[in-house]
Amino acid sequence: MARGQLPRWVDYVLLPALNLLAAFFVSGLVVVLIGEDPFEAVKWILYGALGYGEGIGYTLFYATNFIFTGLAVAVAFHAGLFNIGGEGQAYIGGLGIALACLALDHIVPWWVTLPFAILGGALFGAAWAFIPAWLQAKRGSHVVITTIMFNYIAANIMVYLLSNVMIPKGSMQPASRNFDVGGQLPWLRTIFPSFDLGQSPVNLALFIALIACVFVWVLIWRTKLGFEMRSLGANPTAAEYAGISPLRITIITMLISGGLAGLMGMNEVMGAQSKLLLDFTAGYGFVGIAVALMGRNHPVGIILASLLFGLLYQGGAELAFEIPSITRDMIVVIQAFVILFAGALEHLFRPAVVAFFNRFVTAKNGQETA
Amino acid sequence: MYETIILILDSTVRLSVPLLFACLAGLYSERSGVVDIGLEGKMLGGAFAAGAAAYVTGSAWAGLGAAVIVSIMLALIHGFASITQRGNQVVTGVAINFLAAGLTILLGQAWFKQGGRTPQLEHSARFGEITLPFADSVKDVPYIGLLYSELISGHNILVYLSFLAVPFTWWVIFRTRFGLRLRAVGESPAAVDTAGISVTWLRYRAVIMCGVFTGFAGTYLAIGQSAGFIKDMSAGKGFIALAALIFAKWQPKNAMFACLLFGFLDAVAIRMQGQEIPGIGEVPVQIFQAMPYILTVILLAGFVGRAIPPKASGIPYVKERT
Repeated sequence: MARGQLPRWVDYVLLPALNLLAAFFVSGLVVVLIGEDPFEAVKWILYGALGYGEGIGYTLFYATNFIFTGLAVAVAFHAGLFNIGGEGQAYIGGLGIALACLALDHIVPWWVTLPFAILGGALFGAAWAFIPAWLQAKRGSHVVITTIMFNYIAANIMVYLLSNVMIPKGSMQPASRNFDVGGQLPWLRTIFPSFDLGQSPVNLALFIALIACVFVWVLIWRTKLGFEMRSLGANPTAAEYAGISPLRITIITMLISGGLAGLMGMNEVMGAQSKLLLDFTAGYGFVGIAVALMGRNHPVGIILASLLFGLLYQGGAELAFEIPSITRDMIVVIQAFVILFAGALEHLFRPAVVAFFNRFVTAKNGQETA
Repeated sequence: MYETIILILDSTVRLSVPLLFACLAGLYSERSGVVDIGLEGKMLGGAFAAGAAAYVTGSAWAGLGAAVIVSIMLALIHGFASITQRGNQVVTGVAINFLAAGLTILLGQAWFKQGGRTPQLEHSARFGEITLPFADSVKDVPYIGLLYSELISGHNILVYLSFLAVPFTWWVIFRTRFGLRLRAVGESPAAVDTAGISVTWLRYRAVIMCGVFTGFAGTYLAIGQSAGFIKDMSAGKGFIALAALIFAKWQPKNAMFACLLFGFLDAVAIRMQGQEIPGIGEVPVQIFQAMPYILTVILLAGFVGRAIPPKASGIPYVKERT
């Protein structure tokens, strides 16, 4: 083992766990600062998220959102691109899904609408990622900045559409009309009545999210395109010499990324709400960044990280209910620390761990040779 | 008609001030090679500190001081992660934004129990409007009177400071040794290092300057423009400021014009709400609200001019190979 190298399990399990612990520790300090007991808070979060059927249902429901947006960020990361526009792509993707549902819900059953909705969400989300992708590939405008700008442009378009175009006559709420049964994904509590999921809106989109994970795994590690994406991400110069077109890969990657983000609406729009609501994305697109960082851009990691964040979201609601002086915004604070420690400060503990392992391993090797 | 124009320009000035402070803040940071998408969060943190401190002490200046300290602390987190730890600067910026969005409401609710707001401030705990000399006496002079009394006079001190900050920043960046080195470290940190100047310390000073100015921006939001902190009150202004910075091609003078332009669009959007233009009909206000972002994307695309960021921006500096 070369100096500074660590066994894989340390890189993939121990270091992320240490980072996560640090994030939770600092979050606990915030709870102490407010004057509450952090262990009490942890207890309510765990109870709220896992303690009863409805809580578990909600945890899975939130996790579904995060799987989509996390995958979107991860796919782009593999090609060295930072897609910070998941929020806008999910928003516009929701529009595509809503249009499919509005067009078909009176005519056909939901399973006929389903493929059109998936296509609509993916296409609209991808289309919203296309211009930033093209500008990055062709004109060198940084994709981080353009996708931020596109988030705000999307928000303004959607406010206009929802409050002027899609709003039913006589309604005051800026939202589309309710979809009929032909535009609603079945909820899991109706498919599996034997499981106690309470009133939670977890729905078929969970399985679409899991299929998307398999799709991403095959794409990234088992196809030529995935290899080209990873090559471009690892070393753009080498990739170009190997005959890989950065223009083509950049655009394709961003289209896939945008499409995945766009599918988030399957869970929220077609699944839970049965209508297109203002701000239904509620920051899930940004949380995708934290999910991808925590999950090390691997589908399995992303599922685990999504469950963790789903747990925090649902448990945070319970926590705010039980201890009123801690509001739901505690989750946002925990997320901030997770992003900080797992993302920006990911090497904080590395030197110490490397030093520990070098001493441990060299000492052991020394004994063997002696 | 003339009065309407003056009133729109007056609200343009008022709406430009937080953008201008935040934009200049970003200028220091980005010129030194540290990309900052956390302007929004630092501004929000500053606004909360200003509202809270002004309420507790009853002094607007104490509010400003607290805002600057909190914004600098957030800037130092950004600095520690992206300069010392060489982490991803964009990720850190996102974390700062989340941190400020969550902590301000959480602490606001825990301390003041008003749903994340800080309590309404007395007039004395805010920055009051300054009436410049003769403003009242020349009010009735045609044209110039209104221009002077409405547009130039009658703002709070932060408004005047924000416009003074433009030549000040220009002077710091282009006429001082610190500024020269700051620009150099953003273009070629290795060269600065070779000259025996600490890249780390220079960049830290740049992010501290960024904290100071975002503190001013937050103070203006909470106790200049309003009478207390309201949750999420920065409402994307940090990102508009970032857009303005790119639009200004990282130049102080251009930054002022970009912020005035974006402030003007905002003022027009407010003015046009529900009003019809003869011959066109009602124009959706969202067009004006989306315009800063659209203009910035067009500029970034290089169709009109070219916005080239500092060469080393976003790249952590590694002193030696290991």
